[in-house]
Amino acid sequence: MSDAFRRRAVLVLPFAWLALFFLVPFLIVLKISLAETAIGVPPYTPLLDRGDGGWSLHTTLANYQFLFSDSLYLRAYLNAIKFAGVSTLVCLLLGYPMAYGIVRAPRAWRGLLLLLVILPFWTSFLIRVYAWIGLLKGNGVINNLLLATGLIHEPLALLNNAFAVYLGIVYSYLPFMVLPLYAQLEKLDPALLEAAADLGCRPWQAFGRVTLPLSLPGIAAGALLVFIPAVGEFVIPDLLGGPDTLMIGKVLWDEFFTNRDWPVASAVAVAMLVLLLVPMGFARRLLRDETA
Amino acid sequence: MILAPTALSSPETDARGTVSPRAAASAIQPYVRLEHVVKRYAPGGPAAVDDVSLDIARGEFFALLGPSGCGKTTLLRLVAGFERPDEGRILLDGADMAGVPPYTRPVNMMFQSYALFPHMTVAQNVAFGLRQDGLRRREIAPRVAAMLDLVKLGRLAGRKPHQLSGGERQRVALARALVKEPKLVLLDEPLAALDRKLREETRFELVRIQRRIGITFLLVTHDQEEAMSMASRIAVMSQGKIVQLGTPPEIYETPANRFVADFIGTVNFFTGHVAGTDGPLLHVFCPDAGAVFTVEHEPLAAGADVAIALRPEKIALEAPPAEAGRNRLVGRIAAIAYRGEASSYEIELATGRTLRATLPNTRRRAPPFAVGQSVGLTFEPGACVVFRP
Repeated sequence: MSDAFRRRAVLVLPFAWLALFFLVPFLIVLKISLAETAIGVPPYTPLLDRGDGGWSLHTTLANYQFLFSDSLYLRAYLNAIKFAGVSTLVCLLLGYPMAYGIVRAPRAWRGLLLLLVILPFWTSFLIRVYAWIGLLKGNGVINNLLLATGLIHEPLALLNNAFAVYLGIVYSYLPFMVLPLYAQLEKLDPALLEAAADLGCRPWQAFGRVTLPLSLPGIAAGALLVFIPAVGEFVIPDLLGGPDTLMIGKVLWDEFFTNRDWPVASAVAVAMLVLLLVPMGFARRLLRDETA
Repeated sequence: MILAPTALSSPETDARGTVSPRAAASAIQPYVRLEHVVKRYAPGGPAAVDDVSLDIARGEFFALLGPSGCGKTTLLRLVAGFERPDEGRILLDGADMAGVPPYTRPVNMMFQSYALFPHMTVAQNVAFGLRQDGLRRREIAPRVAAMLDLVKLGRLAGRKPHQLSGGERQRVALARALVKEPKLVLLDEPLAALDRKLREETRFELVRIQRRIGITFLLVTHDQEEAMSMASRIAVMSQGKIVQLGTPPEIYETPANRFVADFIGTVNFFTGHVAGTDGPLLHVFCPDAGAVFTVEHEPLAAGADVAIALRPEKIALEAPPAEAGRNRLVGRIAAIAYRGEASSYEIELATGRTLRATLPNTRRRAPPFAVGQSVGLTFEPGACVVFRP
């Protein structure tokens, strides 16, 4: 009885936290997305209006219809999904061997290697993205180096294009892929690989039949941690991207701060959240398989 | 060959003409051969396996027995191919295993932790090796089914390992190691993770299965009871070397040295010197027992130092003590450890030396002896084992 109570009491804090800082703000955004824009402070119509016949509810789905009427939004969503998806894949292809290597490294090295993965977090994210501008720009470090060695004769276009955005996202989010993969692979009992070898698996076959399926929860967790923030990413496409790298995060920013159209901006945000439920559902299934 | 139930029905030979373990032990023809195998984990360091030579017959149930760190597991891993010997050769059915990786060796291992694949069902675990060999689904299914029947797990084929009890997991691991019909099955402490009752039942089960399918078993264990009750022959290992090789009774009743006598079972040691000889008998004066022991042994020079090993169950107790005579000691019961089927008695001699005697509890009521009671101890001359230092 008291045990059950205590178990529930432990959950109060995280639930209260989620309710206060996630659910309430989300409901506010949802409310704004159902309003109309208005000139004033705040710049939208109230949900409840006091008219002649008492209180009346004011909601409209016009903002959502607007998202479909202008192809800009759809393109921005698809672009964001493309950038986030490709970056997640690249992070996985780079991060898996890194995590695997760290797990297989001598025990004394592992701490240091993990530290190196986390080390970039010691510098502000914004500063690191700015640093890439210095590296990638026309007379930046990389181009100057290549020009000086005579490998190229004209500066390469490394900045303000899709390449720079991919680079920025992969660079920024790689640790979020490596760490859950490391945690997952570290749990793998080496005896399982010996058992696979004993039963006739060459090393790469053992990887395919044992290591890879058993690391799926880590892959799912890492992919979520990269994909979800990458979809809404604003800073990286804004600083490193060009005109062809329109992402939904940038559109959201523009609606809020340039157009001051809060209802449409809120609708963009809500639609993005709904969109992200799809990959989360997939990942949940993978994560649940581990215990099933 | 598919392990159809009909092929399994004969206990003495299977379809390939595999000889039963009993027949094999009597006429040893090497099937697994280890020649001067040495393994060092660090170059120039101590040898984990030190010049081990060993022959195992086809169909035999062979046990490597020793304390932890004696090199028995390393030896098993060498045979499995997970480690490479620094010196020596390992031959399996005449073929040198040097350079043969684990995935092509005709050897399967049952791991101490069982190492079942957690993402696969029982049936998928057992089928793993067959699928890896590229067998068709319709060939695999009957073999997996027959093997699961053999270990009595048919009804659990669809479960995942974490849904099984320890004993069931152990049987899945066994089935997985047997299903490919390897030339040799390696068992690394197969019963260590089971509770006592299940362990005893499983011993009989393992022997039954091994006889039925006729595959050669190589068992590694630190549990002497396990080795003695299952194996046809035992190699006792210590510090990387085989210190004695023989059948379970040979190992128990004629240990080659003090280490073996001490490691296998319980033993009372006495040291003394030869006082005289009398035909096949030797009289040894043991100061710590304050008595002369008469033991069966070939003649030795008077005054030679010897050690005598006397097992607790070879001692008879009587109360009150009779007149002192040949191989008669008198002592006082200091403690009794009641074990149900038998009791162990700690007996203190007049010299202060204590020794242990074990007697079966043949009667239900009225314990035969009490603490503090004065008792006489007797034993046959043939009960003692003599070691020369």
